[in-house]
Amino acid sequence: MVLTLVTVLAAYVNLGAFNPVVAMAIAIFKATLVVLYFMHVKYSSRLTKLVVLTGIFFLVILLGETMMDYASRGFLPTLPSIQ
Amino acid sequence: MSNAVAQAEGHGHGPHHPALQHHFDTMGQQKEAAVIGMWVFLLTEILFFGGLFTAYLIYRTWYFDAFAAASSTLSIAWGGLNTAVLIGSSLTMAMAVRGAQTNKRTATINWLILTMVLGAVFLGVKVIEYADKFEHHHVPGASFVWAPEHEGAGGAEAAEGGTHPATTMSADQLQRTTQIYFSLYFTMTGLHALHMIVGIVLMMVITWMAWKGKFDSEWYTPVEMSGLYWHFVDIVWIFLFPLLYLVERHQ
Repeated sequence: MVLTLVTVLAAYVNLGAFNPVVAMAIAIFKATLVVLYFMHVKYSSRLTKLVVLTGIFFLVILLGETMMDYASRGFLPTLPSIQ
Repeated sequence: MSNAVAQAEGHGHGPHHPALQHHFDTMGQQKEAAVIGMWVFLLTEILFFGGLFTAYLIYRTWYFDAFAAASSTLSIAWGGLNTAVLIGSSLTMAMAVRGAQTNKRTATINWLILTMVLGAVFLGVKVIEYADKFEHHHVPGASFVWAPEHEGAGGAEAAEGGTHPATTMSADQLQRTTQIYFSLYFTMTGLHALHMIVGIVLMMVITWMAWKGKFDSEWYTPVEMSGLYWHFVDIVWIFLFPLLYLVERHQ
């Protein structure tokens, strides 16, 4: 738990060449720790874990598919007036 | 055995914990139902914030330069502090749940109060940040003005041929795209702050219940459910912070 606090400080003294992927990876790692340990999901029934995974699965589809859709069309904006 | 169980005897069937509702067989079953119910609600919250995150991702891909410039006007110091404060409040919340679990009434109340204090600190910092936005006319709407000469991040670098490739946007387009960033910023952090306020009110109710001695090691479910909500709001911020504050801070 204390480690999580440390991670914040370590991660955000960041003004070097900071890749958003790394920032996201750290965020996902922290969120996973919170979900598993603070929210006791690690010690919960399998049904609870399934419900949590469903939520994550939904997010993956929402973000992944939406971005793939735009990527497949070259990220054309729907309103070409602002380019 | 707590006093609570003794009081439950004599109403038509065997003794059970007074908090056990009659459509459940055991406390364990009741608790699992509560946990799953809470998580289903949190899934709807994921729906809610997920949509906003998706919108943010798309606009950020389209107008990266404008988003980077707008993001650099945010204070990493305040944002980082808020992140630490919120994670700390999740820690105190977990300690409060543990206190309820181990039948320590005073410790539970103290940890809950500490959680609320940290939540209030978070909101206070947000007030400071928002006030700063108002001053700089960064609030989307009629009074919005994006003036790169004064921001120092966007305009100055373009002039020096710095890290940002010379933006091909006209000044008008820059106004509109940075305004999009701030719209998303206020919507997402505003809704998050609203959830924080709800969470703090929830904590007040739970603290009152703990004060009244309603929780024991066999039944502390409201504390735990409020904890789940609180941790979720923390997780939303864990993602909000890098996405909103840390857009290309290469210098």
